[in-house]
Amino acid sequence: MSGPVATVFPKIYLYRRVVQAKLFIDAHYHQSINLDAIADEAYFSKYHFIRLFKATYGNTPHQYLMAVRINNAQLLLKKGLPVTDVCYAIGFDSISSFSALFKRVTKHSPAAWQQTELKRTAEMKTAPLNFIPNCFAQQNGWT
Amino acid sequence: MITKMNHVSIFVLNQDSAFEFYVNKLGFKVHTDASMGPGMRWLTVCPPEQPELEISLMAINEGMMFKQDAAEQMRALVSKGTFGFGVFECNDLLATYEELKAKGVEFTKEPTKEFYGFEALFKDDSGNWFSLGEKKQ
Repeated sequence: MSGPVATVFPKIYLYRRVVQAKLFIDAHYHQSINLDAIADEAYFSKYHFIRLFKATYGNTPHQYLMAVRINNAQLLLKKGLPVTDVCYAIGFDSISSFSALFKRVTKHSPAAWQQTELKRTAEMKTAPLNFIPNCFAQQNGWT
Repeated sequence: MITKMNHVSIFVLNQDSAFEFYVNKLGFKVHTDASMGPGMRWLTVCPPEQPELEISLMAINEGMMFKQDAAEQMRALVSKGTFGFGVFECNDLLATYEELKAKGVEFTKEPTKEFYGFEALFKDDSGNWFSLGEKKQ
């Protein structure tokens, strides 16, 4: 480790390990992630890892993993993929647990949420000016 | 009385590249991506915890907004890093700095404790610079 940041903040190596764990979750959210293994990889005990992760990101690694999965589910649903395919693609084994978590986070079922988003996307194509403040559209000569 | 700001513009050199930077590196969410034909794209993104503020990533194209010479001047100024468009906030500056650096974001000032707070400066893919501060507890 080198550089002024490491000199001024000698404990930055701890941040680097936590950040690497977060980036690992970001990249592998669709797989079966063993949080014990991530803690080992980051050279932390499980308890220490969870505590540092929560102090840094405000959520436990498991809560963060679930949030990343739901975010990615939303991206896939917006593309029009069937709910079942989305469920498995983001790393869930069960439709019911996926739907329950999705509803808890978004207040809508995956199917209802998808319907609303697909309608909005279609409208964006057919009537884009409905989505642009008129002053910007006029200034750009789009009206 | 004015109660909120809900749209703000950042002028960018290339909207595809800006999309990659703001969405895939900074982690912002796409709010609206509407096309009205070649060179006419309305692209707005929001910071993850501020869905009510749309940041419009405006391409500097020759047209009604910019005459040809103005567009060229604007592009040159943006590339040179003339414009600082705002201050972003995060919960943990050191962690955010490490993450963004790992994703290839260029910092022009490393995290530094200043009398007004803890801040770093970074540039977007066009050359616009931003302050990144840590939320005061």
